Amino acid sequence: MRSVVSICVVVGALIFVWYLAAVSLNSTWALDKAKRAGLELGTKELILDTWSQEKPKLPAPHQVASELWKTTVEKKITSKRSLIFHSWITLSSTLVGFLIGTSLGILLAIGIVHNNAMNMSVMPWAIASQTIPILAIAPMIIVVLNSIGVQGLLPKAIISSYLCFFPVVVGMVKGLRSPDKIDTDLLHTYNATNAQKFWKLRLPTSMPFLFASLKVGISASLVGAIVGELPTGAVRGLGARLLAGSYYGQTIQIWSALIMAAMVAAALVGILALLQKVMLKRMGMT
Amino acid sequence: MSPKISAKSVDLTFSTNDGPVDALKDVNLDINEGDFVSFIGPSGCGKTTFLRVLADLERPTGGTVEINGVSPKIARESRAYGYVFQAPGLYPWRSIGKNIKLPLEIIGLSKHEQSERVKRVLKLVDLQDFENKFPWQLSGGMQQRASIARALAFDADILLMDEPFGALDEIVRDHLNEQLLDLWKTTSKTICFVTHSIPEAVYLSTKIVVMSPRPGRIIDFIESTLPNERPLDIRDSSEFISISQRVREGLRSGHSYE
Repeated sequence: MRSVVSICVVVGALIFVWYLAAVSLNSTWALDKAKRAGLELGTKELILDTWSQEKPKLPAPHQVASELWKTTVEKKITSKRSLIFHSWITLSSTLVGFLIGTSLGILLAIGIVHNNAMNMSVMPWAIASQTIPILAIAPMIIVVLNSIGVQGLLPKAIISSYLCFFPVVVGMVKGLRSPDKIDTDLLHTYNATNAQKFWKLRLPTSMPFLFASLKVGISASLVGAIVGELPTGAVRGLGARLLAGSYYGQTIQIWSALIMAAMVAAALVGILALLQKVMLKRMGMT
Repeated sequence: MSPKISAKSVDLTFSTNDGPVDALKDVNLDINEGDFVSFIGPSGCGKTTFLRVLADLERPTGGTVEINGVSPKIARESRAYGYVFQAPGLYPWRSIGKNIKLPLEIIGLSKHEQSERVKRVLKLVDLQDFENKFPWQLSGGMQQRASIARALAFDADILLMDEPFGALDEIVRDHLNEQLLDLWKTTSKTICFVTHSIPEAVYLSTKIVVMSPRPGRIIDFIESTLPNERPLDIRDSSEFISISQRVREGLRSGHSYE
């Protein structure tokens, strides 16, 4: 209950600041327009004008909200104007990329933990890979894959997985190495094989680390999918909405796509958090 | 009869940042089949280290150790012993029954054999009704009993126990000591038991090894004259007290050179 109240207070404060900022950013245009029409604007008219422009520098919250309403509830989800349609496009490549990235990350972590050569060699490369700006490498990936005939969802998913594998590697390496000495010693006295040690001890022990990484990974995946839609001039997906919005100065469209992306990210992380809670409780690890 | 466990001039030196530490120095010991041997001494005397050497969890830097006539590594690979640690070391994501099955899964016993053994050992440690409970649902004493059950399920004829009751209160400890003696008598295992409690060592053992630190070494070896049948009140007998005194003197002499 208290957390609900505090969340509402914070959101309320943000919206309040947002309205103030809309007034100050959009007033120049409103005054300009009035001057050209030879009108004098009172304070009240000025404020109302800044909150209802067609292409404001900063759209007011209710403008974004009504745009969101119009493009989700009032549109069929098969329509190209439906934000749900665009969200699904982005979400599907996010999920595929998340799957690829997570699998790759877990496999690399297993290799690093079990093989000294991989331990020495893979980690520096994994770190180096993350120092390259994704915006620089995303067009290359799309162009290269396109030239070998891979198009559509997969190139975007690969950009997602490029961002997503890293937190999984780091988390899982730590997680797979986290069993207590006594637990490892116990398996040693049973003369357990490495595979048995992995399945019966290392993997279960790494679960809290895995979930922490997955939460970071899935939001990185979403960012990757959106970034992957920008350089291709894609016509579908949240990234495409952002791009189209910026071409035509449709700030309301940009902001509603941004809010949508944020909600999708929150939902994805929320689902993982719930899964984490249930799973770790069942495993007695909370 | 050749000894079950035999150590000849065993040395173990750990290299640390402050230079080498002699954890064990010239340790010689023979343990026969069916012995209940306690290792007692102050912390740092190498009693746990010696047990870990027997279990192939540490490698000695000198001397030889033989278990059943072979090296500790081969003994471990042939699963010659069960090991009970200071902490229960139960896996929280496994129920008590599943925890006990852990070694059995690793050996690769049939499902049927696994459940048979779980039932049997849970009965031995008086935890029949707890097979499907999880470790956090059990008290500390019950958890330690479960970990003993796990070692017993392994059914090796040597049991290595490293201060298994160290973290428990006196009452629970007495109870578990009695149960352990019963177990030893009914299963006729060879038990090596590390402790720093004099009454516990004297009450349980047929042989008591008194150790001293810096360097870790054996300073007294006592063959108990107590009968095998040991009710708890045997601890008030004069024989018990005189053995306790000898242990205490040994411990004191080990400290006197400091």
